[in-house]
Amino acid sequence: MATIEIDGKHYEAQDGQSLLAVCLSFGLNLPYFCWHPAMGSVGACRQCAVLQYQNPEDKRGRLVMACMTPVADAMRISIEAVPASQFRRENIELLMINHPHDCPVCEEGGECHLQDMTEMSGHTFRRYRGQKRTHANQYLGPFINHEMNRCIACYRCVRFYDDYAGGNDLQVFGMHNNVYFGRFEEGALENEFSGNLVEVCPTGVFTDRTFSAHYARKWDLQTAPSVCIHCGLGCNTAPGERYGQLRRIINRYNGEVNGYFLCDRGRFGYGFVNSPERIREPLLDGRSEITPQAAVNYLDNLCQTAKGVIGIGSPRASLEANFALRTLVGEENFFLGLNDIEHTLLSTIFNILRNCGIHTPSLREIEQADAVLIMGEDVTHTAPRLALSLRQSARNATFDLARSLKIAPWQDAAVRELKTQIKTPIFIASVCATRLDDIATDTFHGSPEDIARLGFAIAHRLDDQAPAPELMSDAENSLATAIAAELKQAKCPLIVSGTSCASIAVIQSAYNIAKALPSKDKQLTFTVPECNSLGLAIMGGGRLRQAFERINEGVADSVIVLENDLYRRAHSQTVDLFLQSAAHVVVMDSLRNKTAEQSELLLPTATFAESEGTLVNNEGRAQRYFPVYAVSEPVRGSWQWLTSAMEDSEWRHHDDLTAACAQAFPDLAAIAQVAPGAAYRFKGSKIPRQPERYSGRAAMFANINVREPAPPQDLETPFSFSMEGVTAQVPPALLPVIRAPGWNSNQAVNQFEEGVEGHLRGGDPGMRLIEASGNLAWFNDIPSAFKAEEGQWRIMPLPHIFGSEELSLHSAPIAERRPAPKILLNPLDAQALGVVNGDRLEISRSMETAIATLPVQIETTLPRGLLGVPAILPENQQINNPERVTLKKVAAEAENKPEIFL
Amino acid sequence: MKELIEKQKFTGLSAAEVEEINAEISHYEDKSAVSIEALKIVQKYRGWVSDECLIAAAELLDMSPAQLEGVATFYNLIYRQPVGKTVIHYCNSVTCWMLGAEKVRQRLCEHLHVELGEMSDDGAYTVLPIVCLGACDHAPVVMVGKELCLDVIENTVSEILGR
Repeated sequence: MATIEIDGKHYEAQDGQSLLAVCLSFGLNLPYFCWHPAMGSVGACRQCAVLQYQNPEDKRGRLVMACMTPVADAMRISIEAVPASQFRRENIELLMINHPHDCPVCEEGGECHLQDMTEMSGHTFRRYRGQKRTHANQYLGPFINHEMNRCIACYRCVRFYDDYAGGNDLQVFGMHNNVYFGRFEEGALENEFSGNLVEVCPTGVFTDRTFSAHYARKWDLQTAPSVCIHCGLGCNTAPGERYGQLRRIINRYNGEVNGYFLCDRGRFGYGFVNSPERIREPLLDGRSEITPQAAVNYLDNLCQTAKGVIGIGSPRASLEANFALRTLVGEENFFLGLNDIEHTLLSTIFNILRNCGIHTPSLREIEQADAVLIMGEDVTHTAPRLALSLRQSARNATFDLARSLKIAPWQDAAVRELKTQIKTPIFIASVCATRLDDIATDTFHGSPEDIARLGFAIAHRLDDQAPAPELMSDAENSLATAIAAELKQAKCPLIVSGTSCASIAVIQSAYNIAKALPSKDKQLTFTVPECNSLGLAIMGGGRLRQAFERINEGVADSVIVLENDLYRRAHSQTVDLFLQSAAHVVVMDSLRNKTAEQSELLLPTATFAESEGTLVNNEGRAQRYFPVYAVSEPVRGSWQWLTSAMEDSEWRHHDDLTAACAQAFPDLAAIAQVAPGAAYRFKGSKIPRQPERYSGRAAMFANINVREPAPPQDLETPFSFSMEGVTAQVPPALLPVIRAPGWNSNQAVNQFEEGVEGHLRGGDPGMRLIEASGNLAWFNDIPSAFKAEEGQWRIMPLPHIFGSEELSLHSAPIAERRPAPKILLNPLDAQALGVVNGDRLEISRSMETAIATLPVQIETTLPRGLLGVPAILPENQQINNPERVTLKKVAAEAENKPEIFL
Repeated sequence: MKELIEKQKFTGLSAAEVEEINAEISHYEDKSAVSIEALKIVQKYRGWVSDECLIAAAELLDMSPAQLEGVATFYNLIYRQPVGKTVIHYCNSVTCWMLGAEKVRQRLCEHLHVELGEMSDDGAYTVLPIVCLGACDHAPVVMVGKELCLDVIENTVSEILGR
């Protein structure tokens, strides 16, 4: 530790850290632009100048850039000294010369780092009267606006997009005072993390285009802490609402999970909440004559009188909603709503996480891995934010080298210069090329069986006890040896696998490798498809197939489906038969879908933005989300519909339900402590969702009623739908908005962290439910190698970030980025079929009629005998099952349109 | 002039260009290290670097077009638009600027009937600014093609062009 003196006060700080980072973590106001906590220092903008004194006698001092200055013991500096503050004031005046005077019409206004820093530096009057340079802007796709005139050339955008996120289509052009940050030509930004530019850019060059369509100032948005529901990682978000509409989503810092960044699906996938497809009222037999109370009575009555009622839960509904359904229908009548493959995969994963004694890491811990093996996943498409973390772990070898050369890790430009010399060993075994291949030391492409076999071979090389596959090729053997050697050397090796291969063998082989690793700090993580997949696996319940049997065999005659489109889970004929066989079908969901269409009683449910609940992410971390705004009757949270149908229920409030759920399942015991309950008060009042400056409260609904309406009451959470109360110093899990005096942008998070890039003061939100314990035996079921059969292809569904997830697809900007339907084929297979890129192939199940006709894209990395089908259409369920099909070339003159026959 | 530009617009790269670029690549571990050389090779053959050539060169170097464009636009002597047979660079850095660079520019442009960056009608000349040429003691300085002209004053402009 070092003791340093800043403006006469003494502070304790870590030796060798960046002085700027240290100043900020002391809560001192020192302005900066080019520095970013996750991206380190480059010393480009000259804004964080401070005066450094040589010794206690030195009265003059010299200007240094705080971001580039390492902390040393007995250091004496001044932020306040006139030469330093004057330098900063003049520096920003220069940076601002070309900046337009457009704050009133700029979407960054009110949460602009440039505004904050300009104020902080004391540059409050513009002297420059000359011409400003102007630029033409580019169309950058449906997510991001471009307004280059506002640029102050801090370079943070390209440092994030290229250096941090691995993009290559956003670059800087030109030189000195004429630089342009943009694409080679107009078009959508290709990187899956482009949305972070909105927060990384200190001013309004890159703004959220989806937000523009219904813009409101940050201070006019109602906000509550939330959790992303678009994949299994559980990134923390801060959605904002105005006039009953969800307006946008921004990042909410969680030091263990998402840190400063979100993926584009999570940021721009919210549109479904405002969708015209929303179910807004209860429908009985498709008619809206039923009142909410009558609907509740109907449900209650059904449970009393039906021959047998079964409940089908959902991996995209909260623990509480699933638990309420399970209680309403009874444990033995509760089914998880997962198809057989999903169900088996998830229970296998849960069993391993629960009982294998190997640590499953948070995203923060993943970034520390010094060797990585990815088994069967294209992580960017299945758990996008994880891919961004793996990209950071790819730099660990460089950081080690930097340390040995005495270069501080935050010296970003210097460390990145070293990157070509050394690489963290990262191996990817997948069906075909993945979006992380650019950081991979080596890749392997094969069928799930072959991936698993490679995995078993690696495990065997690490530990003789592990079973070995037979008949491996020389290439496979030498790759397995090379991977095993790298993993063995690593201090903190990480194995990543998941459900997207739909192969239990792949998951089991991943476990065998992890078990065989000698390192004490080894880590094993699995991606799961949906936001509460693991929560559901912990809860346990019957299989969807068994639910179908109950109805089809007449054991039960009624079914309640909770937030689950069964047509995404099983063949449409099977689901049709099931729903038609049931005498009564009750569906609860927020969006219209095929299952909802078949319901007798349809109940409108609240989305994540209008309801509360607990979700368990792939790490086993339980996290609570809260309603951002009050939903208008008759839409209700699923748990509310379900509990109100229980006549004698004691669960009148969400907290009661959470507590009961925690009590019912030992593995979920901690969920009651995830966040304080509705009784929580800070300084005597609830936490306001609206900022102090929230405007128009008295007038915003004057066109409907001139009297200011009473704010809706929130009996379920610690939050109020009003402005009164305090948000500073509340526990991190309850922090609705990031803002501090002088810091209006999301950069203010440095005022809430324990040290920069650290944990939130008071602990990062969420409770880990599963800690490593126990020890599982080796898995021995080694599949035999995949053999391509003449004239037959195996369908391999390939998930896609924009298109595979059900809800985000109802957001227009995400749907716009969905790739065109196509099938991927090995070049030799294409040759055998006589097709080239763009030709159309008819896909048929053996001996049956065609199920789809799609254009071909030749993919050199795809093994022979496999047919890659991007899983991007809900209707694709038909062709998403890993089954064998035949292919036939379609004559060129046929209509050139992809078709999927249902 | 339009035809001239059209004539210079090739798609892709010639076999000779590809061969020269590949020869350079063989000297380096990282293909992108050849960025500047590749652009110079293209320019040697064509006088400037068109979008098509840039895209083709980027592909050869395993870079995105945007990455190579970042390099191309950083350097004054890589031309991303067609230029005349002879490019006249007049220095506009501090010393030359103080001693009349602006007047020299004016006279050059008037004489050739062009604006900065334009090609003269006969396709012979383009006038462009450049940073310090390292001859401040003889400011203002102009570089005509590869030839440095010292102590240029308004009156000597026609003389320079006459050479």
